[in-house]
Amino acid sequence: MINGILHPKNVVAQLVEQNVSHYVTLPDSETAHMYEALMAEPSITVVPVSREGEAIPVAAGLFIAGQNPIISIQNAGLYEAGDSLRGLGLGIGLPLVMFIGYRGHNRKGDTPDTAAVMLEPYLHLWRVDYFVIESDEDLDRVPLAFDRAKKTNQPVALAIGTEYAKEPSIDSIMGGAK
Amino acid sequence: MITYFDACRVLNQYRSDAVSISTMTQTKYWNDVSKQPDLDISIGNAMSKASSLALGIALGAPERQVLCLDADGSLLMNFGSLATIAGAAPNNFYHFVFNNGIYGITGGQPLPTVEVDYAKAAEACGYTGSYRFSDIESLDSSLPQILSNPGPALIEIIVKGEPEHDGVDQTWESNAKMPMQLRALRKNLTGVDDWGPGGPFL
Repeated sequence: MINGILHPKNVVAQLVEQNVSHYVTLPDSETAHMYEALMAEPSITVVPVSREGEAIPVAAGLFIAGQNPIISIQNAGLYEAGDSLRGLGLGIGLPLVMFIGYRGHNRKGDTPDTAAVMLEPYLHLWRVDYFVIESDEDLDRVPLAFDRAKKTNQPVALAIGTEYAKEPSIDSIMGGAK
Repeated sequence: MITYFDACRVLNQYRSDAVSISTMTQTKYWNDVSKQPDLDISIGNAMSKASSLALGIALGAPERQVLCLDADGSLLMNFGSLATIAGAAPNNFYHFVFNNGIYGITGGQPLPTVEVDYAKAAEACGYTGSYRFSDIESLDSSLPQILSNPGPALIEIIVKGEPEHDGVDQTWESNAKMPMQLRALRKNLTGVDDWGPGGPFL
């Protein structure tokens, strides 16, 4: 069972701390509430893409132009983005932090979801360093990932092993008046 | 029908200090005419991703015009990027699509269809401008106005195919070229030389 909770506002605070400029993403079920939190953060520009394979090249272009982007896609999308990871991530030595939604992560119980089963072997196969984040208690791994990417000039993954918590709305705080 | 050389020659006349990202056959002609190799990126090792890389540069350096010299076969592999670019709407982005109807680098095999009108596709996605040229005079006379209008614009150029029958050399040096160009461009755009070695080629 998952004991901790991962709050989007705490993740966004980490991204602000790292001076992230752009969040290149194709939303997935694990990160839905993260998207809402990011839209409320004026210092980070959200760049939606149509297919996960676009995310790494768009981020590479932003980095070349002097920006500090990250990407956020689901594990299934990472597999689709394999050639981008090879050619414009690993191949060029891109220091990029990749938030990967860990769909089907077995911390929720045994799963037949191959998207989950394949993720960590896939990252090992591609020699991508990674950290798993399952709750707010794990957020010290965010600066570690940025530091590792910068030191190695390689992409580093943060596998998000739980759904982001829904932040309470003003209405619910005020007693559900609506 | 337009030749690759003429298209690149004309485009280079109006380039100013734009960044260029080229892929496939037109790259060799662009490299021959370009006077600013420090602003050129040749994507030979990531087919189809020229438009996405160019979009990132355009968003990150909004004061600089970005010319993407794409190919029809490459764009078909990343067709969703048309919608992504239209949604991001960078007004400094100019997307040239060299349409020869074949996979030239691999010997000239036909595309799944040659009926795609890339200019109309871009217009349907929401590009600000879309144009299609099949003669060099029209391209030459129209480019100054196109490049002075805000993007994103897609400029489709119908070119005579030049199928490659001898394959493409793959050497350490040819694979190291793009990582080196990317570092040089970052240094040029930011004034900072802070992107060290990384990956297998550097």
